[in-house]
Amino acid sequence: MSDILVSEQSAPGADGSGRPSGRLLEVDDLRVEFRTRDGVAKVINGVTYHVDAGETLAVLGESGSGKSVTAQTIMGILDTPPGFVTGGQVRFHGKDMLKMSAEQRRRIRGEGIAMIFQDSLSALNPVFTVGFQIAEQFRVRRGMSRSDAKKRAIEMLDQVKIPNAKGRFSNYPHQFSGGMRQRAMIAMSLALDPEVLIADEPTTALDVTVQAQIMDLLGELQRERQMGMILITHDLGVVADVADRIAVMYAGRIVEEANVYDLYAKPAHPYTLGLLNSIPRLDEKGQELRTIKGLPPNLMNIPSGCPFNPRCPMAQPVCREKLPPLLQIGSGRASACHFAEELVNRD
Amino acid sequence: MTENIIEVRDLVKHYPVTRGIVFKKTTGHVKAVDGVSFDLKAGETLGVVGESGCGKSTLARVLMNLERPTSGQVLYKGQDISKLSGGALRRLRRQIQLVMQDPYTSLNPRMTVGDLIGEPFEIHPEVAPRGSRRTKVKELLDLVGLNPEHINRYPHQFSGGQRQRIGIARALALRPEVIVCDEPVSALDVSIQAQVMNLLEKLQAEFGLSYVFIAHDLSVVRHLSDRVAVMYLGKMVEVGTEDEIYERPTHPYTQALLSAVPVPDPTLRDNKAIIRLTGDVPSPISPPSGCRFRTRCWKAQDLCAQEVPLLQIRPGSDHPSACHFAERREIVPAHEVA
Repeated sequence: MSDILVSEQSAPGADGSGRPSGRLLEVDDLRVEFRTRDGVAKVINGVTYHVDAGETLAVLGESGSGKSVTAQTIMGILDTPPGFVTGGQVRFHGKDMLKMSAEQRRRIRGEGIAMIFQDSLSALNPVFTVGFQIAEQFRVRRGMSRSDAKKRAIEMLDQVKIPNAKGRFSNYPHQFSGGMRQRAMIAMSLALDPEVLIADEPTTALDVTVQAQIMDLLGELQRERQMGMILITHDLGVVADVADRIAVMYAGRIVEEANVYDLYAKPAHPYTLGLLNSIPRLDEKGQELRTIKGLPPNLMNIPSGCPFNPRCPMAQPVCREKLPPLLQIGSGRASACHFAEELVNRD
Repeated sequence: MTENIIEVRDLVKHYPVTRGIVFKKTTGHVKAVDGVSFDLKAGETLGVVGESGCGKSTLARVLMNLERPTSGQVLYKGQDISKLSGGALRRLRRQIQLVMQDPYTSLNPRMTVGDLIGEPFEIHPEVAPRGSRRTKVKELLDLVGLNPEHINRYPHQFSGGQRQRIGIARALALRPEVIVCDEPVSALDVSIQAQVMNLLEKLQAEFGLSYVFIAHDLSVVRHLSDRVAVMYLGKMVEVGTEDEIYERPTHPYTQALLSAVPVPDPTLRDNKAIIRLTGDVPSPISPPSGCRFRTRCWKAQDLCAQEVPLLQIRPGSDHPSACHFAERREIVPAHEVA
C-alpha cells in the first residue's frame, strides 16, 4: 500500500548514517523504568530510532517489548509515576522534547506529532459527540468559531470516508462501529495536520476486511500529507504490506533494524528469524510451526548478556556474558547479535 | 468413511431484543445463528472462520449446550443434546469440552492450578477417585508442557500462554472426545501462539480428539484445520476442505476475506489484489433479505435480494457454496510468484 516513491526516498537514510541533522523525529538512547512496589522494571533500555517525512517505520515486538512505552514517552503521556525516563533524548526537528516545558510539548502534540490508539472505544470520550471532539481542536488550537470548527470537523470526517459525515457529526462514539470509530480517531489525530503520526496497533481490534480498509486509508492520507509514520504492531503481515523500515524490539531494546525487504528475506537476528518461523501463513499449508522456546524475560530481572540468550537456538557462552550492541552490518541495516554476520550469510 | 461425531442440523439461535423494564416487550430478535448445518467427523478439526458478529461464538455455546437452540438440532452420536437432562446430560458434558479465548478471565484467580484442573473430577468422580486426583492433575500439567511442581500456584503467577495451557489441561481432564476451541490463541503473542498451536496438534494426535476450532485468524485456521466453514451474519456461506476453501473459494465473501489477509512477505505487496469490501456488516437484528452478503457484494443482482442462496455444490465447483453466482477466482496470486 505504501508506494514506491516513498520507499525510494527513504532508502538512502535507512542506514542511519546519512543526513545526521534534518531528521524529523529521533529517539536517541531512550531509557525508561517503572518503579513499582515489587521492584524496578527496566522497560526501555536504550532505544534509538528515527522517522523522516513520508516514510513508515514499523516498530515490531511482542507484548512487554517496550514498543508502546516508547511511543507514550514520545507523546509525553507516560504515566509518571510509575514510569520514569532515566536517560536519552527524544528530538523533534532537532530539539529535545524531554527538556521542554509542558506548554511547549502541548503545542507539539496534535500539530507536530499525533497518535492513534488501538482501542478506539476507550480512546474516545463517551459523553461527547464524535464531532465535538474533533471540532474542539479547531476551536482551542486554531481559535475558530463554533460553526467554522464544525464545518472543518465534518470535512475531516468526510476525508476519512465516513459516509454521511454531516449526519454522523452529532453521533456519540458508541453509535459508531469499530471500524468507523477508528476512522473517527484518525480524523481527530490528523485534524491539526501533524508531521508525524504514531499509530499504536491501529487495526489489532478490527476484522480483516475492515483492517484492510483502515490501512489503505492511513497509507493514502500519509502520501497526501507526506507524514512520517510510526506503526507499532505485532502483526508481521501488516508490516510487510506497509512499512519502509522495521525496528524489531525485544526486552526494551532494538534488536534489529532493516528495510522491509531485507528483514523478511534475511533476518539478521535470531529473534526476528524465530518470529518469522512461528507465524502460520495463509498461502502455505502448515507443517509443525517452528516455535521460539520459552517465554519473554521478566523486565525486573533481564538475563545478563544478550536478553534473548535463554531462548536463542544459536546461543554461545559469549551471549551470556556480553550484551551485543546494535551494530551496522552490511548496508543499511543493524543487528544486536554477536552472530549477525553468520546469520545473514548462511543459506 | 469415518463416523460423524457431531451433526448439526438447521441450527437456529435467536436472542430476543426487549424494551421496558417491568413490562417487557420483545421488539425483535438478534439472529445470531440462523440455519446452520454441518458434521464433525471423529478425529478431524473443523475450522469455523468469520468476522466479529457472525455467530461463531454463539455456535460454540450451543454446541456446548450452554444455550438451548431456538430450533434445529445438535446431535452427538445421534442423540439430540438439547433434549438431555440429569445424568445423561452430565455424561454428555464429559465428552464435549471448551477452551476459551481469554486466559485472563476464564480462570478463577482464587483457585490454585491444582484446584482449577482438578475441579472437573469433583463433578465426575468416576474419572478419577479422590486419592488419585493430584497425580492426575500433575500428569495433565506435564502433558500440556507445564511444570507439575507448580500445582499450588495461582493463575496470576503464569503468563498468558501458560494460562492457556492450564485452560487446555482443564478441558482435557475428563478425556473428552470433542474440544470446542473458541479463539484459543488470539489473545497470545506470535511466538506463544505457535507453541499453543503445536500443543493442540500434538494432543489431537495423541488422544484422537476432534476439534471445532473457532477463530477469526484465517492463517491460524488454515494451519490447524482439515475442513473449514466460513460464516457470515449467522449463516454458513461456504464449507470445504482446507484446500477447497483456501485454494479454490467460490463465495465472494470468502474471496474477499482471504484477499484481505496480509501475507508476511513484502515482495508480494504490489501484486496482491485485495478485494475491498465497502461498509460494515449489517445488523443481525434485521439482516438483508435474500443473500445476507448482497449489501457488500460486487456481484449482487436482483435475484440475490429475492432468494436465499442455499449452501450446496454448484456447477464448476467441488464443494458447497451459498452464492447464486459462485465461481472460482484467483485471489492469492502469491502462489504463482512464490
